[in-house]
Amino acid sequence: MHELAVAESILEIAVRHAKGQNAQKITDLYIVMGAWSSVVDDSLQFHWDLLSDGTIAKGAILHFKRIPVELLCLDCGQSYAPSSRDLLCPKCESVKIKVKTGEEFFLEAIEVE
Amino acid sequence: MPNRIPVVEKILSANDRLAAENRARFDAAGVFAINIMASPGAGKTSLIEKTVAALKDRLRIGMINGDIATSFDADRAAAAGAAAVQINTGGDCHLDAVMLQSALPQLDLSALDLVIVENVGNLVCPAEFALGTHKSILVASIPEGDDKPYKYPGMYRGVDAVVINKIDLLPYVPFRLDFFKKGIEALNPGVTQFELSCRTGEGLEPWLNWLLAQA
Repeated sequence: MHELAVAESILEIAVRHAKGQNAQKITDLYIVMGAWSSVVDDSLQFHWDLLSDGTIAKGAILHFKRIPVELLCLDCGQSYAPSSRDLLCPKCESVKIKVKTGEEFFLEAIEVE
Repeated sequence: MPNRIPVVEKILSANDRLAAENRARFDAAGVFAINIMASPGAGKTSLIEKTVAALKDRLRIGMINGDIATSFDADRAAAAGAAAVQINTGGDCHLDAVMLQSALPQLDLSALDLVIVENVGNLVCPAEFALGTHKSILVASIPEGDDKPYKYPGMYRGVDAVVINKIDLLPYVPFRLDFFKKGIEALNPGVTQFELSCRTGEGLEPWLNWLLAQA
């Protein structure tokens, strides 16, 4: 629901990096987002299209790399994806877990001309 | 000729930078600031009312309230004895560091010890936007159900304390406190927890003492 703010941030970061390399146009953006980062791709694309109009990123394509959530049990070492009903280790039911992946939310790279 | 530029920059880094500026302003004024988050109806405003009423003779308290519309909540805090400022987000689902920054000049920080920021009622978005407060507090409540940590992991992971409100309703609502707490423990090991009822006043004391110890 906060995709407008997210789109603004992406635009600011992308334009700053592109201008730093004297690029004329941004054609592609590669966004990495974990499944727990709670951003909706379609909504982001919608805001992006409005915001980027009139900038060097107009028409650029957003590519999303979705990273699934992977948890690690610190008691038995089991790696697992949480189910919709439970977070605990499916093998030993421990609550001592570490989030290995799924919380990423960054701009990995851009392509420019 | 397309040319790939590696970036690897956190998307909300601009917000994080502004949050750091807000933190510096609080620190310079010697103010302890907290960000209270919850779903709508969990009891954020009730907790703030009770807190202000109990501590207003010992701490000078300011309150910043974020709501999509209306100033009902800021009015309640003001009535309880806080210097209150309202931010209407106009549809935005969360407060961010910019909104807080623009509201801060309305409070005389040098005349305050504690600033309570009441975020927009929402269990998703506020977790993503740091404000620069010293501690983030999540207010959960019994009628919401015991599955909330499992459904909103991002919110439960990022907070410094969880207040479980409306415990007076435990006998009337199917709520497995152990299941709920296991979810919290998995997501945020060792996080400070309080079980209380703003309605009856039960359990408020440890919460107030914790705040006093920090502020």
